[in-house]
Formats: sequence, structure tokens, C-alpha cells
Amino acid sequence: MSKTATTLFDKVWDRHVIRHIEDGPDVLFIDRHFIHEVTSPVAFLGLETRGLKVMFPEKTFATADHNTPTINQHLPVQDPLSANQLKALETNSAKYGISHWGLGNPKNGIVHVVGPENGITLPGMTIVCGDSHTSTHGAFGAIAFGIGTSEVEMVLSSQCIMQQKPKKMRISVNGKLGKGIVPKDVVLYIISRLTAAGATGYFVEYAGDVFENMSMEGRMTVCNMSIEMGARGGMVAPDETTFAYIKGREKAPKGADWDKALAYWKTLKTDEGASFDVEYTYDAAEIEPMITYGTNPGMGIGITKKIPQAQEAGSGKASYEKSLAYMGFHEKEAMLGKKVDYVFIGSCTNGRIEDFRAFASIIKGKKKADHVTAWIVPGSHIVEQQIREEGILDILMEAGFQLRQPGCSACLAMNDDKIPAGKYAVSTSNRNFEGRQGPGARTMLASPLVAAAAAITGVVTDPRELF
Amino acid sequence: MAYDKFTVLKSTAVPMPIENVDTDQIIPARFLKATERKGFGDNLFRDWRYNADESPKRDFVLNNPIYSGKILVGGRNFGSGSSREHAAWAIYDYGFRCVVSSFFADIFKNNSLNIGILPVQVSPEFLDKLFKAIEADPKTEIEVSLPDQTITLVATGESESFFINGYKKNNMMNGYDDIDYLQSLKNDIKSYASSSVY
Ligand code: SF4
Repeated sequence: MSKTATTLFDKVWDRHVIRHIEDGPDVLFIDRHFIHEVTSPVAFLGLETRGLKVMFPEKTFATADHNTPTINQHLPVQDPLSANQLKALETNSAKYGISHWGLGNPKNGIVHVVGPENGITLPGMTIVCGDSHTSTHGAFGAIAFGIGTSEVEMVLSSQCIMQQKPKKMRISVNGKLGKGIVPKDVVLYIISRLTAAGATGYFVEYAGDVFENMSMEGRMTVCNMSIEMGARGGMVAPDETTFAYIKGREKAPKGADWDKALAYWKTLKTDEGASFDVEYTYDAAEIEPMITYGTNPGMGIGITKKIPQAQEAGSGKASYEKSLAYMGFHEKEAMLGKKVDYVFIGSCTNGRIEDFRAFASIIKGKKKADHVTAWIVPGSHIVEQQIREEGILDILMEAGFQLRQPGCSACLAMNDDKIPAGKYAVSTSNRNFEGRQGPGARTMLASPLVAAAAAITGVVTDPRELF
Repeated sequence: MAYDKFTVLKSTAVPMPIENVDTDQIIPARFLKATERKGFGDNLFRDWRYNADESPKRDFVLNNPIYSGKILVGGRNFGSGSSREHAAWAIYDYGFRCVVSSFFADIFKNNSLNIGILPVQVSPEFLDKLFKAIEADPKTEIEVSLPDQTITLVATGESESFFINGYKKNNMMNGYDDIDYLQSLKNDIKSYASSSVY
């Protein structure tokens, strides 16, 4: 009898199940656990209250990112509450023997940027973090997803969590992307088709030419935003692109370990004929540069299109109107030409080197619009270093931009990088929720190319016109 | 963290017929700076509840004294977005023990169950019925029975059953949590880890 065809997701999940509880969740072993300053302190308090230890401190990695300033990182952190959280992360990590990349550490940066770039994230792993964009690591063919603080405490104390196995969805995008269409557009397009809740209860596998031909940075951008359609996570089968990215990174396997790992990783793909609970297929030629007009990431359109009417958008009228009112937009208006006050390039979605290269490709030889404030924030010190080495910093400075220091920054506006109330921002981050980038801030999500075009012209602009 | 046991809850409810209520609305990021789980209820729905000058927004439901109770009834796709458990803490701390919607985001649902809030998923039709009943009479009582897995409009007896897996149901009815359970599996976990590839 031939073996049953199995999906990549099942292969990785099933291998990590320590126990299946009848009429209940699976007990899932976790290979890698990332922690940051915001969602871990209460978990450590919980350990203390119960008198528990960290079971495998070498499987947890701490970095400070959510709450950190993006200027003057060498000075003491001004906000006492933030300083307190950063201190707690440092103290807890030291106490339990967890590796900690705090402010000032050359490896510091956004958790979902530093994990992959240091070779901590590997194919076939289960990876969790108290942060919903942990889905990013799925780009390596890992099962990676965000968890709550109670679950952080579970992983610290037992290296396991209890999870109901999600259903499986495959999203294929075939064909060739047009000029100026980048991974962020692909994922914003998918979310606009599926809606912000369209993949809730599912784990997604991305397949097809477009993802096969995509760089690791691009796959990370796509997997990152899986959560924005409600999915627990998304993954791409590892291939030569993946292996080439990992090889030689600090914590990646070396020598004989590498060969062994590689042999295993090559088995990590969905077998021909394996079945999914649901499948969607899209055509790359349909995808334009995308931009969002509302207050959830599903409210996106091609940049040359007009804002849809409530019934076309498929949501309840009252919620739809509330959303447009918040944005100060109206049905049937064009997005092109709308005024932009702020531009943010950064975050775990688009804070990698490829994103800054894309940004620079548009602004090179041009000047920033006077009225635009631009925050250019690398995802990590390693990315910052690359920006300098590749001459991108010079291009930025000549065009009138400044580079800030790494961190989550205006993605969630926990630090001082807040968009003022009522102002419009084109942002390469992942969430356009009300107040996400500061109370009253109005966010339009887009790719680094669209962000660059807006920074130069001061209005929403099709980047294809600026090449 | 131990929480109150949940069996049968009979209460009036607070209606919030808005879709896609994300966790950034439930508790904005700037209130996540605490290192202890305390006082989050004060900032529940902060930016919908208060103006920039801290005065309450009159038209927001939590500021309307005719609505109260331990049940929050929300629109579809409740709790989407960030994994912050602070959102569930804020709801619990404010005094809610049950959230009803036609659809929940996964992480929010898990977080709620882990801290003792019961997420009750009902059909869109029943959700509509609940909103209409509360609108017609803000003192409408709703009974949520975890043992029977039912939600009932007390006045009319209209009822619907909801799903929860047996393991979680048992936890909630007894105030147990997963950490206790996982501690009992330590030997299995150790032997798995010793044979793991990573
Ligand atoms: S950059 Fe934004 S989405 Fe990413 S981890 Fe930081 S806050 Fe979360």
C-alpha cells in the first residue's frame, strides 16, 4: 500500500504532538520560543508565583523591540514605564539563563527580523512568540504562530502549548508579477480577496510560481501578514532559496549537522495529491500595487481603483461607514492623489534589506516632498549595517531622509513615533486599525515602493510612474 | 493564574454591534507597558470610551448607564489582530465573564479560555436576535450554561447551543489551567526533547 499523501503542515505538526487529548487540544512541543518586553513580564511573574523554572532556557530567545526608542538608543530610555519593561526582560532573561539581545546589542532588532537573520529560525520547526506576527517565520517551512501571555508561561515552564489543530488552506498564486509589484502587494491582494477574517481557523500554505520565485525576505512579508486574514499562520515549503539563505548564519547547523538537517528539510513539502480543507488560486497578472483605504487590512484595493461601496466590500454597512468616517474617506473616491502627511517604512513586514533597496530604487536622485515626515526604521542593526554598506544611506540622505535606529516604532506606536490625530500615513507595516499608529492616526498600508512614491510626491502615487 | 470557576451565568448584557473589533481597540498599545496584570479594565476600549481630554464619549455603550452586565455581545470577527492577552485581561478586569459573537479570532479565543472568560460563538441569526432583544429592553437577561453548552434569552426561552471542547469545558468549570496539566507531562516532554532534531 502506498503511503497517504500528506501536507507540509501535517508533517511538521504531527511530528511535534506529544499527546493528543480526546475531545481536546494537542500538546505540541515547541522548538523555538521568542520573547520580547511587552508580553513576557506577566508570564515570568506567573512562574515565580507557582515556583516553576524555565524548562529549556536554551530554546528561548529574548530581544527588546516593541517599546524601544528609535533615536538615541545609547541614552537611558526616557519613559519610565518602558524602561521598567526593558529592565524586566533583561533581569528575567539573566535570572533564567535566556539569551537576551537588549538595546545596544549588535544583534538587537525586531524579533521576527532577528530570528531568521541569525539562523535561529529553521525549516520544520515549531516556533511561537507572544506576538501575532510570529507567522513570519513560516517563510522557512516552519509552523510559527502568535500566542498569549498564559501560553508564554506554558512554553517557559514546559516547552509545550496546548492547541487545537487548525484546518488547512492552500493559496496558490500563479504567473508572473508585473513591474513594480512586490510581495507586499501580493499579500494585501490576497487579504482583500479573503477579508480580514477569511482564514480564521486555518493554517495557510502558500504555493505556486509567485512564491517559488520569491526571495526569503518576500516570503517573510507574505507569511507575516497571514494573521491579517485571521489565519494562525502561513508557510512556504523550503527550497534552494531557503537553504541558501540559512547557510552560514550564526546559529544555523554547520558541517555534518548541516548535511543531516538539509536531508531532512528536503522532505518538507506537500505530497502530490494531499488534500486541503479549502484552496484558493489567484492569477499574478491581476495584482496591482495595493493600498488600504479602511481600518482593517482586508480593506485594500489596487492603487488605481476607487474606494468600493459597502455592498461590494462585503461588510456590514454600519461598520463600513464607521471605518470610512474614521479615515475621512468616501465611497467611490479615487485613492490616487490623496494627501499624505507621514511615511513609515519599517516593521517586521517590510523592515528588511530588500525593502530598503526597493525604497531607494524609487527615491534615488529625487527629493522628499517638503510637507512629508518620513520615518525610516530598519528592522535590526544587521539591516541598518547593510543599508550603510550598500550605499542606500547616501541615497536616503541626498533625497532628504534620515535613518532611525531599529525597533517596532510606528508600527504600533508604543514609543514616541506616533502619527498625530487626523494625519494620513502611508505605512509599510501590517495594521491599519483605528489608532494603531497613534490615537486618531489614519493609516494606509502599502509596499515600500508605494511608500517611496508617496514620500517623493506627497500624495498617493502609483510607483510605476516613477521608474 | 487561577480564575473563577464558570458554570451558569445569568446576566444582562452590553451590546456592541460592531464588526472586526480588534485587540488594538480593546486595549491600545500605549497601555501595555505594565509588568503586572493589574488595572487594565480602566483602559478597556480606551479610545472609543474617552476623548483626548479624558472626558467620556457620551455615545459609547460603556458610558451609557442603561447597559450593564457580565456579558459582552460583539459583532462578527471579535478580537482580531494582536495576540496581546492584555485584551482579555482588560475585559475580565472590567467585569465581563463571557463574550458572545458570531465569530471570534483564534488567538483571542484561546487567550479568553486561558484566563476564565467564556467565548460563546452563536449563529449570525441568533446574534441578531440578541442585539434586537437588548435594544428593545436593555434589562434583557441572558443565561449562559456551560454544563449544557446553551445560551438562552430568559424572557422568551429562545436558545442556541454552542461548542467548546470537553477538555476546556472541564478546565473552566473547575478553574483549572493548562500549566498544571503540562507539569504532569514533564517526563514525556523530556524524552521527546532528547530525541528532537533541534
Ligand atoms: S513591527 Fe509591528 S507587527 Fe512586527 S513585532 Fe513589532 S509591533 Fe508587532
